[in-house]
Order: sequence, then structure tokens, then C-alpha cells
Amino acid sequence: MFSRILKYLPFFSDAEVPYTVTARPDTGLYSAKLGIWLFLASEVMLFGGLFSAYIFLRIGAEPGYWPSGLLNVPVGTANTAVLIASSVTVVLAWAALKMRQLAKYKFYMAITILCGVLFLAVKLSYEWPAKFNHFGIFVRQSAASKYEEFLGNKHLSETGQAPRWEISGHLLDAPKGSPYAEQAHHNAEHFAHETHRHDAVTEADDDYVIQLDPVNADPDSKENDRPHFLPRPLSSKIAVIKAADVESASTFAPRHSTYFATYFLITGLHGLHVLGGVLVFLYLWLPIKGGTKLYQTNPEHLANRVEVAGLFWHFVDLVWIFVFPIFYLL
Amino acid sequence: MDHSHEAAHIAAHIGAYLKVGIGLLILTGVTVALSYVDFGSRANNIIVGMIVATFKASLVAAIFMHLKGEKMTIWKFLIFTGIFAAGLFFLTYLAHSDPISGTSHSSHS
Repeated sequence: MFSRILKYLPFFSDAEVPYTVTARPDTGLYSAKLGIWLFLASEVMLFGGLFSAYIFLRIGAEPGYWPSGLLNVPVGTANTAVLIASSVTVVLAWAALKMRQLAKYKFYMAITILCGVLFLAVKLSYEWPAKFNHFGIFVRQSAASKYEEFLGNKHLSETGQAPRWEISGHLLDAPKGSPYAEQAHHNAEHFAHETHRHDAVTEADDDYVIQLDPVNADPDSKENDRPHFLPRPLSSKIAVIKAADVESASTFAPRHSTYFATYFLITGLHGLHVLGGVLVFLYLWLPIKGGTKLYQTNPEHLANRVEVAGLFWHFVDLVWIFVFPIFYLL
Repeated sequence: MDHSHEAAHIAAHIGAYLKVGIGLLILTGVTVALSYVDFGSRANNIIVGMIVATFKASLVAAIFMHLKGEKMTIWKFLIFTGIFAAGLFFLTYLAHSDPISGTSHSSHS
């Protein structure tokens, strides 16, 4: 009796879905292709909405409050190459299926899946954690002159550049009760071990101590006016900032600034799409009823499924083609 | 189109897929390199970056997504999508241009 009820459900029923292979006479397409393009149109609206939010938040940001040069460009470039390669392999997998070359299909599809997994692994095990270990303090504009040696605003205004209000690097000491105390403690131990200095932790309870990024260690240098391709290590210089002079202080997490809020939202949503694509590809690659086993009874149907999933994957690659330059480079 | 005809048609395109793939990788390098060239202002750099990105995106759309030679139905969907997306950008622009005066302010001191 249970199996009789199951048969009403999709996937378990015997009913044949029309136009999975033959084209519908009115549209000239098999139905899934129409469906995926409509879905991609809705995805354009989703990412388009987020992109336009990014554009106007950026245009509307006050000078000095929209950072740049904070993301790892070589790693981002490599991840871009991985996604482009996977776009090539997925279309080669589809072509192999259309030409009834099963072994080639399995090979190219496996590479596509691995590329997707690699992209996510790099993002989640390196890029994002690296941000959570970095700290930034926005100094109150009224108190900024006290920290001029770390901000370099005289040089910036003389050369017609936007002011700098942030001091960033690794947190070595935080005010009493700060949620970042543990991170600070860990970094301070590491700092003492590396430099054999013990001035990282101050007696006072109400200040932040930062091991400075190169840009804050030497803000007047022309070297630091533009971002560098290769990431540079932290300097061994430290800055002490009084809590009363701080407008906001946090790790490079979404709460840090609208820049990071939009960065994590857009790359996070994009990453979820990559994950979704990988799962669908896995389903189509495994020797199961809806996957590679379908090749034995209806190879054209499997080819169409791969084409449709591939279209989604190319869209995800397209989004990244825009995300990468606007967040990492520009 | 019977199957064997279609298969040969696709085999002829494999070369194009590989060439476009390599082209995209090269253009990625170009995008990175150009971002370190001073085009006068940050806005100009953004425009250059977006031109390269748009060209890359159109390669993906035309060749990988088979839009080149696709049925009119799909193109009609995409034209409407473009119109609605432009409308969406316009709405966000209104948030920035702030036609109702006095509601936009600095949050920094």
C-alpha cells in the first residue's frame, strides 16, 4: 500500500515527463532549458539587486570609510582560474555525452566537481578565516590628529587622496571585557615569541594595542598609496589606541564596515550557489538512477540534464567574473 | 536534427570551447594587471575593469551557454530581464540620490 501512495510522488512515479528530450513545438526547446533560463533570469535580479546595493553604498560612502587592498589578490586570481577551468570542463562533459563518450563525460564531470570543491575549500579554510584574524580600528575624526603617525593624513591631503581613519593589523591587547580578549591574548603570545618584545600588553585596561599593517607603520610612504599584488607581512611596529578615541573596533567581519558586510554577503551567497552546483553535478555523476545510470536507458535525457546544470554553473562563473574585480581589485 | 549530425556539429565546437577557456584565463591576468595601472582616477579604473569583465561575461554567455544561435524565446526572456534589472538599479540609485531631502546624513564624528 505504501508503494501505491509513493507512486503519486515525483521521482517515484512511473509517469513519463514530456519534453525532456524532444522539443516542445511551440517553444522549440526541451522544457528544462526554458525552465533554467527563467530561473537564471530570477538569479540576475537577485545578484543584480545586491550589486546595485554595493555600487550605491560605495558611491555614497564618506571618503576614508571604504577600504581597498585588504583582500588577497593572488589567491583570488587563482580561485577565478579554478572556476573558469571548471566552466570549460563542464561544457566538455556535456559535449562528451552528446557524442556518447561515457568515460570522457565521467572524467570531465569529476574535474568540474573537484574544481568547485577546491574553490569552496580555499574560500572557507583560508580566505575567510584570514579576515577573522585581522583587526581594524576606526579612530574618531575628532581624535585622529593624535594618531597621525599611523594615519598619515597630512601626506594624503597634500597628494589629493582620501583621508585614512583606520588603523589595522593584528590585535595584541584589548580593553577589559572586550569580546576579542582571547584573540588578543593568542596574538600577543605569538608576537612575544617572534620578536622577543614584551611591550604588546599594556598596564592600562582601556586601550587597544595593534601590531601594524605596513600601510599604518609607514603611512607617509608613496609605497603605501596603492595596494600591492603580493600580500605583505605585518610590520613589527605597534600602536596603542585609547578606547575613548575609538569609533568602532572589530575584526574584518561583516560588522566591520559596509565594505565587509557586502563582501561576505555577496561571496557567501555566491559560495552557496557553488555548493548547490557541486551537489547537482555529484548527483548527475554518481552511478544512480537519475545520474550516470540514466545513460543506459536515455543518454540524450542525461545530456540535457548536464546541459541545464551547466548553464547554472556558467551563470555562477559569470557572477564571479564581476565579483572578483570589484572586491579584490578596484 | 538526427543524433549523428548533432554529434558532429558539437565535435566541431570543442576547439572553440578550449580557445575561449584559455582566452578567459588570459583576460583574468589582464584584469589583474590593468588594476595596477593608473588611469587617472579610481572611477576610470573601475570603468576599465568593468569593460574587461563585461567582455569576459559575454564570451561565457555566447559560447559556453550557447546563446550564440539560441532560440528567440530565450533571447526574449533575457531582454525583459535586462529591462527589469535596469529598473532595479534605478530604484537603488534613488536611495543614493535621495530625492526626499534631509534624510541622508553622515554617521561619523
